[in-house]
Amino acid sequence: MTKIIDSKIPEGPIAEKWTNYKAHQKLVNPANKRRLDIIVVGTGLAGASAAASLGEMGFRVFNFCIQDSPRRAHSIAAQGGINAAKNYQNDGDSVYRLFYDTVKGGDYRAREANVYRLAEVSNNIIDQCVAQGVPFAREYGGTLANRSFGGAQVSRTFYAKGQTGQQLLLGAYSALSRQVGAGTVKLYTRYEMEDIVIIDGRARGIIAKNLVTGKLERFAAHAVVIATGGYGNTYFLSTNAMACNCSAAMACYRKGAWFANPAYVQIHPTCIPVHGDKQSKLTLMSESLRNDGRIWVPKKLEDAKALQAGTKQGRDIPEEDRDYYLERRYPAFGNLVPRDVASRAAKERCDKGYGVNNTGLAVFLDFSEAISRLGKDVVAQRYGNLFDMYEEITDVSPYENPMMIYPAIHYTMGGIWVDYELQTSIKGLFAIGECNFSDHGANRLGASALMQGLADGYFVLPYTIQNYLADQITVPRFSTDLPEFAEAEKAVQDKIDHLMNIKGKKSVDSIHKELGRVMWEYVGMGRTEEGLKTGLAKLKDIRKEFETELFIPGSKEGMNVELDKAIRLNDFITMGELIAYDALNRNESCGGHFREEYQTEEGEAKRDDENYFYVACWEYQGSDDKAPVLYKEPLVYEAIKVQTRNYKS
Amino acid sequence: MDKNISFTLKVWRQNGPKEKGHFDTFQMEDIPGDTSFLEMLDILNEQLIEAGKEPVVFDHDCREGICGMCSLYINGHPHGPATGATTCQIYMRRFNDGDVITVEPWRSAGFPVIKDLMVDRSAYDKIMQAGGFISVGTGAPQDANAILIPKPIADEAMDAASCIGCGACVAACKNGSAMLFVSAKVSQLNLLPQGKPEALRRAKAMLAKMDELGFGNCTNTRACEAECPKCVSISNIARLNRDFIKAKLKD
Repeated sequence: MTKIIDSKIPEGPIAEKWTNYKAHQKLVNPANKRRLDIIVVGTGLAGASAAASLGEMGFRVFNFCIQDSPRRAHSIAAQGGINAAKNYQNDGDSVYRLFYDTVKGGDYRAREANVYRLAEVSNNIIDQCVAQGVPFAREYGGTLANRSFGGAQVSRTFYAKGQTGQQLLLGAYSALSRQVGAGTVKLYTRYEMEDIVIIDGRARGIIAKNLVTGKLERFAAHAVVIATGGYGNTYFLSTNAMACNCSAAMACYRKGAWFANPAYVQIHPTCIPVHGDKQSKLTLMSESLRNDGRIWVPKKLEDAKALQAGTKQGRDIPEEDRDYYLERRYPAFGNLVPRDVASRAAKERCDKGYGVNNTGLAVFLDFSEAISRLGKDVVAQRYGNLFDMYEEITDVSPYENPMMIYPAIHYTMGGIWVDYELQTSIKGLFAIGECNFSDHGANRLGASALMQGLADGYFVLPYTIQNYLADQITVPRFSTDLPEFAEAEKAVQDKIDHLMNIKGKKSVDSIHKELGRVMWEYVGMGRTEEGLKTGLAKLKDIRKEFETELFIPGSKEGMNVELDKAIRLNDFITMGELIAYDALNRNESCGGHFREEYQTEEGEAKRDDENYFYVACWEYQGSDDKAPVLYKEPLVYEAIKVQTRNYKS
Repeated sequence: MDKNISFTLKVWRQNGPKEKGHFDTFQMEDIPGDTSFLEMLDILNEQLIEAGKEPVVFDHDCREGICGMCSLYINGHPHGPATGATTCQIYMRRFNDGDVITVEPWRSAGFPVIKDLMVDRSAYDKIMQAGGFISVGTGAPQDANAILIPKPIADEAMDAASCIGCGACVAACKNGSAMLFVSAKVSQLNLLPQGKPEALRRAKAMLAKMDELGFGNCTNTRACEAECPKCVSISNIARLNRDFIKAKLKD
């Protein structure tokens, strides 16, 4: 397929691109800003910071969220921290090093220019958040404290207890609230975007469902920004919140926006293992635990069997019979290897039969050594709240027995394709935060999601969107009575009627759980060509089952939570197929995408830079029954030498 | 290993803000102890759907105790029997075989019921919009380390900032007061040097909005503090009152 993909990367050396861009981009004057409307869908870190900044600049902003308040967005749950290249610790950090670590952590599949810009604005984010009153951790001298995170050899992570995401989101929510109070942003809570409205090839509005009244409503604007997060809940069980969904992104995809690198799904190594079939979500145990916790499984299979049968406990296994497999395999980074590496290593041990719980799908994260080295008090100070949370969920005290952990779906690096301006392949439609694809390549480093969300919302989009809007100043406001709005609304209404009329026997969740099982088994941590093909066939079955067996109680009038979930599940199934298509196409292993056929003798991911050094952009073909078409955006590396990732030495 | 338990569940059902509500009673059988309270409600809802009935509506999202979306009175206590935990962090092993468990929505004039167990907490957003911020624009503020903040102050601000905006304090208060919520945000911002210039204006504006929206005042019963899932202290209310009085004296 030949298609010229213009990612609009500015000219010049990497360190000057963003400065050059800003110096030459078009701006909108204050009087004209008042005449331009922008819809922002989502109020997480990216959405709230963008809506607040755009409102403050003078645009008229409409901001939507599906929860009862912007403060509920799932950014709130991020625990560990946010990276920035401040070099406050004098440990050799710099913008270049943060850029380099992020590109390397992403297994050389990110777009260089975007990542450099991200590293560049990272320092502004910390300044901005402190000015807003975000209570970051401090040293006794009053300066900001830092900690280290996976994939880096410097301490560049800023944090607020184990609640960094919460504090940053509340900062952005405060800024947003200020603008709502000032009347520049109008807020719509408990509204869900159902479709995007395109007029003459440009995004000009959305159809949103009022989740309380059940009514569809039309909203027009000069540009639309989606900041609706990732698609991790395709797998049913994930660390995402229950309402996280990919429907807004899928609506854009169905209207022609390309979806990039869907196969890059991050599996976080330290989650509490699955315990039963009634479980609704997985709980993350912060990556910061890997600073002091040591990960191991037994050396002997008979010990593993005894642990699985419950006849032995972790503390009964003597030191010499423990296999600290991360320290063994990766001496330089040890327990602090990047997430994809740690997750795969856990799976490898469990697949060989060394898992330590009743399902055989868990490894130990052990603090006994840290407790004897530092004392129980120090360990409690550092991790007390996490230990309490673990004990509440599992009824086991991590002070006495090692924690059990297992990898779980956590974050999605893939997303709607955007150019350097964060504009999608549809004019006037922008995607920011986790819902775009641009900065993390094939694997995201810890504490980088918060950085990217806020970078996009505070410091990138407010500039780049002006370059688009500058020639829109003469375009009058659109009427929502235009036929394009009526058509889009009717299509959504027809879909709702269709779902309500299936009248089968199965609940949304029961079908979603089946989808999750298929995704985890065939499109999960270890993928094969054969497995992916089987997975795709099974996804077709699930689609059929959904279309014939679905049951939604109640009516389409008023609030109907099951109907809203069904609409989302419809999109998760399409998303699942998209992940599988991309995974099948990418005949290499890189970052979060591991194809078992492509590994080194030591079991490490084996990339194929010759054939797969590109961003995979998928285009919808008008129907869920047709396979999407692939376009390629070649990656061009100017500043960094592409090499094999090495965390051993 | 956790035991399975069977119990009676009484759940508040209400079709809309103006409709009359009632309790529905359900028998729950063989629920594993490692099921979270909300997963138990999921099980109930699956059973209802299987029987062709409408599921119970309740607010929930992150299910790890941080988003503030979940609510519920469980046996008369906001967020149920545990201290320092939200409803989503309660596990069924805390209950006994044969128990009767009563589940109700937040009951407070400031939080009208939307449906069943779901209430409207948008008043909190409105209070925030009145002054829950520092007036700084997006752009290029001074270097983050240019403002030195003593660790004890930063820690105290962080403790206040850990409020998740769930509304348990209002639900627990016999006056339906939102003072703990308001004081937590005011304390966080007024303690920090960045928030000082607007401190008095903020206290006054947020309290005025709280009164306007029909929340009651504080009579120091400390019920809010006892039920707060994040253990936010009522010393924040004392700080808010001091700032409020200072602001009034300057008027």
